[in-house]
Amino acid sequence: MENWRKHPLVFWAFSLPPSFWLIVFFFVPLTLVWGLSFSEKRGIIETELTFTLDNYLRGLEPIYLEILWKSILLAGGATLICLVVGYPVAFAIAFASERWKPWLLLLVILPFWINILIRTYALIAVFRSRGYVNFAYEDLWTAANWLVGLVGLSLGERFVPLSLLYNNVAVVAGIVYAFFPFMVLPLYANIEKLDRSFMEASLDLGAGHWRTFFSVVFPLTWQGALSGIVIVFIPALGAFFIPDLLGGTDSQMIGNVIERQFKSANDWPFGAALSFLLMYATFFALALRALVAGRRGAGALDA
Amino acid sequence: MRRHHAGRSLIEALSRRRFLTGAAAVGLSFSALPKGLKAQEEAKVNFYNWDTYIGETTLQDFNDATGIEVSMSLFADNDELFARFKEGNPGFDVIVPTNDYCERMITAGMLQKLDHSKIPNFSNVAPAFQDAAFDPGRQYSMPYMWGTMGIGYRKSAVSGVPSSWKAVLESDEYAGRIALLSESRTMLGMAAKYLGYSMNTTKPEEIKAAEELLIKQKPNIKVFAEDNGQDLLLSGEVDLTVEWNGDILQIMAEDPDVSYVVPDEGSLLWQDTLCIPKDAPHPNNAHAFINYILAPEPGAAIAEFIQYATANQAARELLGPEYNENPAIFPTDETIARCEPQTYLGEEAQRLYEEAWTRVMAA
Repeated sequence: MENWRKHPLVFWAFSLPPSFWLIVFFFVPLTLVWGLSFSEKRGIIETELTFTLDNYLRGLEPIYLEILWKSILLAGGATLICLVVGYPVAFAIAFASERWKPWLLLLVILPFWINILIRTYALIAVFRSRGYVNFAYEDLWTAANWLVGLVGLSLGERFVPLSLLYNNVAVVAGIVYAFFPFMVLPLYANIEKLDRSFMEASLDLGAGHWRTFFSVVFPLTWQGALSGIVIVFIPALGAFFIPDLLGGTDSQMIGNVIERQFKSANDWPFGAALSFLLMYATFFALALRALVAGRRGAGALDA
Repeated sequence: MRRHHAGRSLIEALSRRRFLTGAAAVGLSFSALPKGLKAQEEAKVNFYNWDTYIGETTLQDFNDATGIEVSMSLFADNDELFARFKEGNPGFDVIVPTNDYCERMITAGMLQKLDHSKIPNFSNVAPAFQDAAFDPGRQYSMPYMWGTMGIGYRKSAVSGVPSSWKAVLESDEYAGRIALLSESRTMLGMAAKYLGYSMNTTKPEEIKAAEELLIKQKPNIKVFAEDNGQDLLLSGEVDLTVEWNGDILQIMAEDPDVSYVVPDEGSLLWQDTLCIPKDAPHPNNAHAFINYILAPEPGAAIAEFIQYATANQAARELLGPEYNENPAIFPTDETIARCEPQTYLGEEAQRLYEEAWTRVMAA
């Protein structure tokens, strides 16, 4: 473990490039934006670092807190759906035969090969009024209408397409679609490591499938679920082009407000403050997660 | 975003938005490098333009005529253009901001004065565009294309012509079939115009009234479109959309059931301008390029291809009636008289509009 003390040169050779990367491309820009959040606008392009808290106070006004709360609900709903659907999918992959497993994993990862923006536009083509879902539905409707027409009935004057886009359900669906793989992969990694004999023992001892899942499997794979929740929820909370493209008139998320501050509003200090409010909230959630995990670890030792 | 051709394919839909931003960034990293040696300007000009907003062969023709190579990058909207220049010129020689953003960039000192002696073709510009309120004496900008904002609608789904903003702003007749534009200043400005105020109002109570009008109308609106109202109209998602004339004009060519009207209460008159930003690496070539665009033949080729109203009078004279007498390209003088140009109102007013818009979207 402490070999690096004996070979300092090797240690530095290996740690310098990533440190350099981290500092130049992560800490420096982030610090600049952080400084911006304590700045004031001076005219059109100038900002001045005055260590003001006005941007944060403005960000804590009820209107922005409401938008943040709505974003949390939308992102939280999407994360929950990812979790509920992700478990069986991860299970199916983990329990698939060795021959199928790489292919199933590939199917999960495959969407990453296409830019998320293209995939979101593809969703529009699928779900819009004259989209593929409605085309199929119209065919079914026409056929059914012909059938009931045989006995002198009618389903209606004319086909009315389903309104699938431009509402909050579409936004949640878009987020689930975009971030689902981030849930499946950590879940799969944890389920894969799970000792199967625990499940066999549970089933042998008379517990049903549900009982086995909630009393044995879930507690043992909870860490994977937690990782999945964190890496789905955080980017989902900051989503902006998904509500832009799929949302209706009341689908504004905090990411949209931040985007506007950097573009049409031209108020970078306020945009920076909103971004950092989001980041503080995220840090808080991560700290809470670490605390819970730590307590769990301690509890396990006690037992 | 309002200047593209009518193809509705997925890839195009994408390329019009953020995809091209990335492409522009890549193009830029190469073109931004050379600087200095002003006396011996390198035979290049870096042009930052809207998508599908130049003639098919204009850049090559200019190269053939002058030996200067044009490298064009694209932006999707004025906000993107402005944000790119906020921290200094990333290496462009000629840019195409719309009048209010041109004004903002002049105010911020981001543009350089044009040397009119290097742009003799300025005399080709129609008299109405020889001067501009946002740039007195045309010191910083040359006019390029102009147009209006209005309502694009599906004739078979709308009773008569929706010739009042009321149809989209204060009526449930077309509930759930309306798309408004998701642009704070413009959309609140239209609402103010409908209420009888100026589109450029800075009075908080008038902006508030516009905000309340939009909030009240929200249940009848299907979507605040990201400037893709023409796609929504063409695909039957909505039957009325607030859009730029050029966007609707392009889908009218595809779908004869679509039409465009500038409402009676008046609307917005926009003008895109050719400007040279501060610290442009090739200012001489930039002047030469602007002068070339204002020449009769190149100007006519551009206008014919992109189907926008050109400010270049000499170019118009070379084109036939199908261009010059198209009411969707050239609104009547009476229509123009009812319209206002959107002006830059200052950062304080901008904030009022933005906050009002955030409340509209959150309501």
